[in-house]
Amino acid sequence: MATVAATGWSALGRVSFAIAAKDFLSERRTKEVFNAMLVFGFMVAVIFSFAFEPTSEEAQRIAGGLVWLVFIFAGILGLNRSFARETLNECLQGLRLGPVGPGAIYLGKLLSNFAFMFVAELILLPFFGMFFDVHFWREPAWMIAILVLGTWGFTALGTIFSAVSANTRMRELMLPLLLLPLSVPLLIAAVQATTTVLRGLPMSDASLWIKLLIGFDVMFTTLAWLVFEPVLEQ
Amino acid sequence: MNPSPAASLRLEAKGIAKHYGHLTALQAVDLCIDPGDFIVVLGRNGAGKTTLLRLLATIIHPSEGSLWFDGTPLAQCPASLKSRFGFVGHESFLYDELTVRENLLFYARLYGLADGARAVATQLEALELSARAGDLVRNLSRGLRQRVAIARALLHQPSLLLLDEPATGLDAPSRERLHDLLRRLHREGRTILFSSHDVAQGLALATRVVLLERGRIAFDGRNTPEAQAAVAAQLGSGGV
Repeated sequence: MATVAATGWSALGRVSFAIAAKDFLSERRTKEVFNAMLVFGFMVAVIFSFAFEPTSEEAQRIAGGLVWLVFIFAGILGLNRSFARETLNECLQGLRLGPVGPGAIYLGKLLSNFAFMFVAELILLPFFGMFFDVHFWREPAWMIAILVLGTWGFTALGTIFSAVSANTRMRELMLPLLLLPLSVPLLIAAVQATTTVLRGLPMSDASLWIKLLIGFDVMFTTLAWLVFEPVLEQ
Repeated sequence: MNPSPAASLRLEAKGIAKHYGHLTALQAVDLCIDPGDFIVVLGRNGAGKTTLLRLLATIIHPSEGSLWFDGTPLAQCPASLKSRFGFVGHESFLYDELTVRENLLFYARLYGLADGARAVATQLEALELSARAGDLVRNLSRGLRQRVAIARALLHQPSLLLLDEPATGLDAPSRERLHDLLRRLHREGRTILFSSHDVAQGLALATRVVLLERGRIAFDGRNTPEAQAAVAAQLGSGGV
């Protein structure tokens, strides 16, 4: 086939980015994921700020847990739409017709899910800082690293469960039921590392949690990649 | 006019079966598709037509048996093999929130076409869709969606085209236009296999007939008057 580019890693990258770019274009037109995530996140931030009136020290202790709680539930709203988009008109079958393995589909969906959630987090974080009077950007490089690692791990796991639950009748209920229990180690590590930043402690105190985040990301990205084909087949 | 298709592809199904739990959709199916064939797969609802086409398109894998492409088992074929066939299913595989052009460009990227924009323009023109290229797919009629789905399946110039009941839901003029298109694609050198539950229309188009009954091939042969009589006797001459 003269018209078809070389396969292999370049094809994997090309197809993954094509799928992610398609999702960005769809989202730009419908705004269904972003609107849901941002409205939910903003509402929770406002409600929490009225419900609690923490001292500065208390705020530093609890804000890490609160933001990750909001990110996770806002992320689930986005993940629920991820493969629901592909079930309409059986588009997922169309993706499977392409001359690449299912890993490219997984990676493409993971990229778009990660990007949507990460951007929403960057938009929501200043509101939490303002409402709780905490400084998330005391260690900007570390904060970004924690957000990236936490979000990648959550979306790596969430993408596969989004595919699993896409064809079930109770999709909205099924996804959190499958995803949240397995995300607990990731959440604990992300909350602890974020709290270290907020309290202005040396980042060496968070090294164990950062390593746990990295380990979680590597393990679940690899596992999800490996089991994605039988998931699609179902 | 479509550019010439890719090199011809010979597809063989050897003893394939597909089970969904306790349900057997296909069993012991042997089928050889030679380059240049124009095959209609007929059968009642639930006979296994859709399962057979999805297996041939490699969207699903057989529970038993194997598929061979140009004498090579599917497991040993490179992923690029999929560039040699196109599939049109019951659904369009198109994204409602994207325009016709955006959908086709996306699939051109998926197939790694060197000049995707030109391939898209060619198909839009060949299927008389240029005027609707900027329309969102959600705003198209069933007939137009089907044409876009066929344009999607032809983008990468496959030599083998698989279509699952492509005329379903189309009105008479759209159906006639679809049949003209299939005849033209066959004349251009493509191998075509399509399923239909409309016996008369299927037999009017194809040069070879495959009849499925309860997941098994009940008849496979040239589209001769004798074959038509035999198929009509089993299914009735109209739709089933």
